[in-house]
Amino acid sequence: MEISRLILWIPLLPLIAAGLTSLLRRGQRGPAAALVIGSQAVSTLIALYAFLMTLRHGFEREVFNFTWLTFGTEPLRLGLVLDPLGAGMVLMVTFVSLLIFIYSHGYMKEDANYTRFFCFLSLFSAAMLGVVLSNSLLLTFICWELVGLASYLLIGFWFHKPSAAAAAKKAFITTRVGDMGFLLGMLWLYSASGTLLFYDNGAGCLERAATDAMAVQIGCMGLAVSNCIALLIFCGAAGKSGQFPLHVWLPDAMEGPTPVSALIHAATMVAAGVFLVARVFPIFEAAGKTSAALVVVASIGAFTALFAALIAVAQTDIKRILAYSTVSQLGFMMLALGVGSVTAAMVHLIAHAFFKALLFMGAGSVIHGVHEEQDIRNMGGLRKYMPVTFITYAIGMMALCGVPFLFSGFWSKDEILHVAHGWTVSHLPFYMAAAAAFLTAFYMTRQMFYVFAGKYRGHAHPHESPAVMTVPLLILAASAILLSIPATPAWPWFHGYHAGHAPALDWAKLLEHEFVSIAGLSILIVTLGVGAAWLLYGRRQLSATAPDALESAWAGGFKALANRLYIDELYAATVVAALTLAGSLFAWIDRRILAGVVSAAAGVSVASSKLGDLFEKFLLNLGFDSYCGGLRDCGNLFSGWESGRVQGYLRILGVGVVVLLALIGWLFT
Amino acid sequence: MSALTFLTLLPLVGAVLIAVLPPRQSGLARALGLGFMLSVLLCSVVLALNYDRAVGGIQFSERHEWIPSLGIQYFLGVDSLSILLLLLTAIVTPFALMAAGPSAAKVNVLLVLLLQAALIGSFTALNFIHWFLFYELSLVPAFFLVRSAGGKPAAVAAFRFFVYTLLGGLAMLIAFLAIQLATGSFDLVHLAKLGRSGALEALLITRFGALGIGSCGIGLLVFCGIFLGLAVKVPVVPFHTWLPDAYSEAPSPVSMLLTGLMSKMGVYGLLRLLLPLFPARMQELATPLLWLALITIIFSAVAALAQTDIKRLLAYSSVNHLGYCLLGIFAFAAAPGGLPNDRAAAMDGVLLQIFNHGITASALFCFVAFIERRSGGLRGLADFGGLRAPAPVLAGLMGIAIFSSLGLPGLNGFVGEFLIFKGTFGLVWWGAMFAAIGLFVTAVFLLNLIQKVFTGPLPARWEKFPDMTAAEILTVAPAIALIFVLGIFPQVLIALINKPVFLP
Repeated sequence: MEISRLILWIPLLPLIAAGLTSLLRRGQRGPAAALVIGSQAVSTLIALYAFLMTLRHGFEREVFNFTWLTFGTEPLRLGLVLDPLGAGMVLMVTFVSLLIFIYSHGYMKEDANYTRFFCFLSLFSAAMLGVVLSNSLLLTFICWELVGLASYLLIGFWFHKPSAAAAAKKAFITTRVGDMGFLLGMLWLYSASGTLLFYDNGAGCLERAATDAMAVQIGCMGLAVSNCIALLIFCGAAGKSGQFPLHVWLPDAMEGPTPVSALIHAATMVAAGVFLVARVFPIFEAAGKTSAALVVVASIGAFTALFAALIAVAQTDIKRILAYSTVSQLGFMMLALGVGSVTAAMVHLIAHAFFKALLFMGAGSVIHGVHEEQDIRNMGGLRKYMPVTFITYAIGMMALCGVPFLFSGFWSKDEILHVAHGWTVSHLPFYMAAAAAFLTAFYMTRQMFYVFAGKYRGHAHPHESPAVMTVPLLILAASAILLSIPATPAWPWFHGYHAGHAPALDWAKLLEHEFVSIAGLSILIVTLGVGAAWLLYGRRQLSATAPDALESAWAGGFKALANRLYIDELYAATVVAALTLAGSLFAWIDRRILAGVVSAAAGVSVASSKLGDLFEKFLLNLGFDSYCGGLRDCGNLFSGWESGRVQGYLRILGVGVVVLLALIGWLFT
Repeated sequence: MSALTFLTLLPLVGAVLIAVLPPRQSGLARALGLGFMLSVLLCSVVLALNYDRAVGGIQFSERHEWIPSLGIQYFLGVDSLSILLLLLTAIVTPFALMAAGPSAAKVNVLLVLLLQAALIGSFTALNFIHWFLFYELSLVPAFFLVRSAGGKPAAVAAFRFFVYTLLGGLAMLIAFLAIQLATGSFDLVHLAKLGRSGALEALLITRFGALGIGSCGIGLLVFCGIFLGLAVKVPVVPFHTWLPDAYSEAPSPVSMLLTGLMSKMGVYGLLRLLLPLFPARMQELATPLLWLALITIIFSAVAALAQTDIKRLLAYSSVNHLGYCLLGIFAFAAAPGGLPNDRAAAMDGVLLQIFNHGITASALFCFVAFIERRSGGLRGLADFGGLRAPAPVLAGLMGIAIFSSLGLPGLNGFVGEFLIFKGTFGLVWWGAMFAAIGLFVTAVFLLNLIQKVFTGPLPARWEKFPDMTAAEILTVAPAIALIFVLGIFPQVLIALINKPVFLP
């Protein structure tokens, strides 16, 4: 089978599994897990095969397009594409999904809706793989919305908790704000390029002919059409990837079960926004390497990276810290895209997926081990009770902080700092990213001290998690380290892979001045971040009740950060309040004004008929009445028919119709 | 007797048979009614399959003189638009009857059959008077059906619904009398030909120019008369005030008919009467008409946010969804010089939306009927919570219908809306831009509905809330299946509707 047709099965298998699982009954756990995990395993194998195929010499891209529907004379085509950008991502998604599915089997064992959980997971996986493999912006949008649905269902999985139900709704609606931009961008792209296929033998919307044309037309406010479209699509990407100002849903999404947070809200779905920008990057850069669209992407990315890292410093929920960290890291990826490096963004995306999934699953293991406690102030000393979790978590933490050389996060983050430094427009994003990197090291070290160091401060009996949970942790930890190999500048494998040529091993690159200075800087940043956290949290006994070390230093600032800089409150007071007010106002207009006009019109006609009535009664009818007396008796006779029963009326109506028809027939023939 | 006359008479025969049944035989009446409705469904499917799509145009036509001196004929025929609506009628009517369950009284079965006959008549008529008779006739059974809920609010709602629609109908009748006086014809096919060539307005001016309304005034007046009648029926904001009361006070199975079918008579009228007869006038008035469509979309969506009664919420949602049909039609009319494929996208989108909304909205009201049956008539958002725990199947299936209504890709609602937006964006880009606000707000109130009814803690009194019975699952199964099939393989439907007769 052609490889481009074979990849169809990568999303299709989990989709079928989801469909079948939805028909299973609650008790049928074994079949559900077997179906979902089994189909995911096969998908992973196909993805691996597809990935290996893309490594062949001279492989560029294979597409498989088909017609979905035809309106007018125009076939609306969808398709799948396999290229280096997608192949690496698809392997990551299938592999991480598989590990998390296995982990979930342990994590969700006690849950009554275990079967449903696996159904939703599989639906998610199918939709996510669809996003990655799609060769049509419309298919991307379709899968994009389905990913959103799966996210909604899984955040609200414990639907009896009002907070979970509210978080699910918030996630769907916040991302929908961005998706409306995405939709409009897609419509614009459709009318500007005449197709939504990415690649179509030169006629696709990402290919030269189309992008060049879009770069020269002027859309609105002096921006090129390509920039307008790119910015609208970026709205969708910002929503999904939790970029400021649409980041508010992601921390709340931690209401979902932890495997969901690991899979959807750390490793894969939230990175879909980054992937989308990377996929349609030719549109972003159509109007130049520093087009307005790319400047916006870089600015939003840098700002989000710093802003979310600041908030993470003051959080106390183990998952929320990681959630803000995710927002911040996604900001790094957007920054990389904005300054023009798809490869840097994708390398960080993939490295981040592994170590962040690792951290979340480690957090899940911790939460599991201390009996559903999530507040880090009530943890402590878990290193002794949960050694495997501790070691793997520490590896994840070091990767996230960018501890030098051994960890993938170091190389990928360093690369982003490097490209940001080389940006010709401004150096500000570079400094913001450097500050965010410092904060990352700081808050992660703070979290480590709170969770694993010192004495246990809670009241449960901490225990290590079972092997079904720890083995995936070990695999992910190994990946977090191994991935550093193809990411070093000495052997820039990813660069070569994305560019379509074999990478050359060149140790000398490690000694180049530019690399050394940036790498030196980032080593310094990590050291400072870890050191500062050690000074504040590592040197003393932490307490569950005493104020945070930072809080004692600057209470006001800490409070603002702990309250997420009041962004949620701001939205509640503005957007939400405005919508609610408009709703009440419109409903009121409906009842009082529009219906009132109708009632008034009715009132006028009733009044005028009353007037006529009086006129009739007193002027016309006096003499008439005596005559009518006789008629009334007659009327009483007939009024017996007016029983008020619909059946009776209808029967008479029926008889009348028949008589009439007979009469007409008799008259006209 | 032609196929179409037979199809119209079939439910009437059923109604007559039920009328002569002995009293208190409602079980038998239901079975009989369902039998007749399923035969109508079968006949409609056979008709649709026998319609020659390669040839297109009007087929199965039948024409008899009725009152020749007035140009009134018994003139029937179907094109792809009619077939689409016939199929919808044939599907939604038995769906509503089954949703009513054992509570359906004999007389209501009879009324539903009468309504079905009236709908079939109006969707196949090609002479104005012929069409108008059935259009108005449908009001009679609908009036009694809305009232059948009992109580004063239902009576008031039914009365308002009846009078409002009747007044709109009168405006339309007067407008058509003017057209008849000017052209001597009520024949919609002939009038469409005149409309396309611009002769219709010229004839109106010749006939009524002397009235001193001005040379273009009379055309505008006639146009507005027809538009008013249809605007009430669809409805277009601000002519919608009868609707929330009628939809919410009527028994839910009746609401299914109102939203699924009767609202489509208005959209059908726009496509069959207004668009073909007054293409130039519609183009001239496109901007205000588009704004009306946008106001309809946004106003109703935002008003739905404030509703606390599930049925009122769904009523506003229904207005919102029909607003997208208006948007597509007006965008189509606004730019006759636009890209043919953009116009085709808008029009195909409208037709898909008509059908899909009919299925989805009636399914939603059907679920409300099931909820009301269990809650003793309660249907306030605040009355419920956490129902997903005792009734997972109900929550799951209703969730599918809600997400279809929300326009989730993969389900039927998305395709029509996407095509409408695609076409509108190409023709009048700002129309699509503002309408996207409606798409957003729709998600907010529909997810509110799920949150308030199905999630959160379960109140003690609903702990024994029964899940759906097998009969109920069977009732909604066809609708749910259609939601998926038409969402994934929309070409099934598009192949049927491509190029209705009024498209040049």
